[in-house]
Amino acid sequence: MNRRAATLLAVLGVVLAALPAFAGNYLLSVATLILYLAFAGQAWNVMMGFAGQLSLGHSLYVGVAAYVAGGMFFHYGLGPWAGLWLAMLVCVLMGAAIGFLAFRFGISGVYFALLTIAFAEFTRIGFDHLGWTGGPGGMFLKVAQRDQIDLANFRGPPAMYYYAMLALAAGAFALCAWLLRSRAGYYWQAIRENEEAAQALGINTFRWKMIAVMISSAMTAVAGVFFAFYYNNLFPEQIFHISRSIEIILGPIIGGVGTLFGPILGAAVLTVLADGITELLAAFGWEIPGIKQVFYGIVLLSVIMFLPNGIWPFMAKKLRL
Amino acid sequence: MSADLVANVVISGVLTGLVYGLMALGLSVIFGVVRVVNFAHGEMMTIAMYAAVVLFAALRLYPFLAILPVAAAFFAFGYVMQAGLINPFITRPEHSQFMLLVAVAIIMVNGLLLAFGPDAKNVQTEYQLESFALGPLLFDKGRVYAAGAALAATAALFAFFRFTLTGKAIRACADNYLGAKVVGLNVKHLYALTFGLGSACVAVAGCAMSVLLEVTPQLGPAYTLLAFVIVIVGGLGSLGGALVGGVLIGVSEAMAGLFITPSAKSMFSFGLLILVLLFRPQGLLGRKA
Repeated sequence: MNRRAATLLAVLGVVLAALPAFAGNYLLSVATLILYLAFAGQAWNVMMGFAGQLSLGHSLYVGVAAYVAGGMFFHYGLGPWAGLWLAMLVCVLMGAAIGFLAFRFGISGVYFALLTIAFAEFTRIGFDHLGWTGGPGGMFLKVAQRDQIDLANFRGPPAMYYYAMLALAAGAFALCAWLLRSRAGYYWQAIRENEEAAQALGINTFRWKMIAVMISSAMTAVAGVFFAFYYNNLFPEQIFHISRSIEIILGPIIGGVGTLFGPILGAAVLTVLADGITELLAAFGWEIPGIKQVFYGIVLLSVIMFLPNGIWPFMAKKLRL
Repeated sequence: MSADLVANVVISGVLTGLVYGLMALGLSVIFGVVRVVNFAHGEMMTIAMYAAVVLFAALRLYPFLAILPVAAAFFAFGYVMQAGLINPFITRPEHSQFMLLVAVAIIMVNGLLLAFGPDAKNVQTEYQLESFALGPLLFDKGRVYAAGAALAATAALFAFFRFTLTGKAIRACADNYLGAKVVGLNVKHLYALTFGLGSACVAVAGCAMSVLLEVTPQLGPAYTLLAFVIVIVGGLGSLGGALVGGVLIGVSEAMAGLFITPSAKSMFSFGLLILVLLFRPQGLLGRKA
């Protein structure tokens, strides 16, 4: 990282830290969503961007973690700080199980991607028939007292959620920056570029792929717990839906797969774009269901066609970072 | 539970499964040759269903007659889509192709929502409520015709790949991309033809399905997943496998609906998919890569 990049990062950090001082609740909720997607995107990026394992079923970890932590809170009053560890443990075990089965049987590429979708869908329908979580009717956590901060139960005003997500996103960024420069990062990139060659060099590809899946699922679990306590209502139909996985994946792909800034930039661009289209259409009075997503799809199509490596690599070149 | 009831459920599962099979066949053909997973497959299916509904409402054209114009239009559409949109992505990484087709799927689902609204639309013909009786067994007329159309389209596709020169050329592309190029085949054109053929399969399946089910825009993503399940179970790239997979899924869905609960039926399919991926990743009828 050169000095220009360091300066930019510092400015960005200051602006983000000061945001609640001048932003209203709406802007804050948009910023929280961006940070949430940036965080989850960073988690997905560890698996795909670093280690080259395409997961299209990350909603599995978001949903399971949200239901584990949410369910512990709902049924036993166990706060999210304890629930978080349990959720991470469950998700790491699930990720490890899926990774173990897939990598042991030599499943990769498209087949691996479809396997991850299958597990997410299987779980979605399973939760629809699970009484403990309320089934398809959903689970509702007690809504936050907006004026006072209750850190033990993670209840409070929008600014609290914003700062929590900011800390998580910054932490994920630092973790990924460190991972990418660590031994694991180099092993992963070797596996991503050419698995057979990596194996020939003596890298235990099974082990490192497993580690990537486990780190990625643990990070996504944190996002899921946040999701549960931020939105307070959980429906299997929504939280496990493939569109939730796609939502996580779009950020890093649009921003730049395998880069550190890609997931953040992609999440920001996509969220601002979606909200911008909504506002623009509302201003013209064109509030017809579906029209927003059509525009959104067209923009996605254009980006992927004209900037195949994502926006960040292109921008970094232009800005000489 | 009487044996007749079970038999009738199995029959209806098999007949619906053949239509599923044809839909999945389109996906399988495209993947087998172009090596791109069509994540907009189910969305194309719903477009075909809407086309059948619109043609019936506007021109009183029965869905099984609508197959011809809709399939022709889909062939052209598929050709153009492959030639214009997907061919440049052939050499790009999988996640990039995935994004492209997801974007196409988003545009399709919401385009349909924009055009037709969220309410279910259907075709109402005289034969939908009638059935052929064979002793205690009942065969819904609509389902029988739909399955017949699916079988006919599959047979035509088989014949095309087996007996025509173009079909042989496409198979050569699927077997060896570089080799096909070396002997002078126009691979990009053949890819586009393949995508057109796959789309035509979906068109036939969609017209047939419009007789059996009401259509909503939200059906698209569900059909995409269903088509994946079927082709993986049957074997990606295997034509017979897609049909077998379709019937298997059709019957298992019908049985799960009868014995467990209708809402759990796709859990059964996904469970089957997971087992097949783990223990026989090439699919039931697929060859080892």
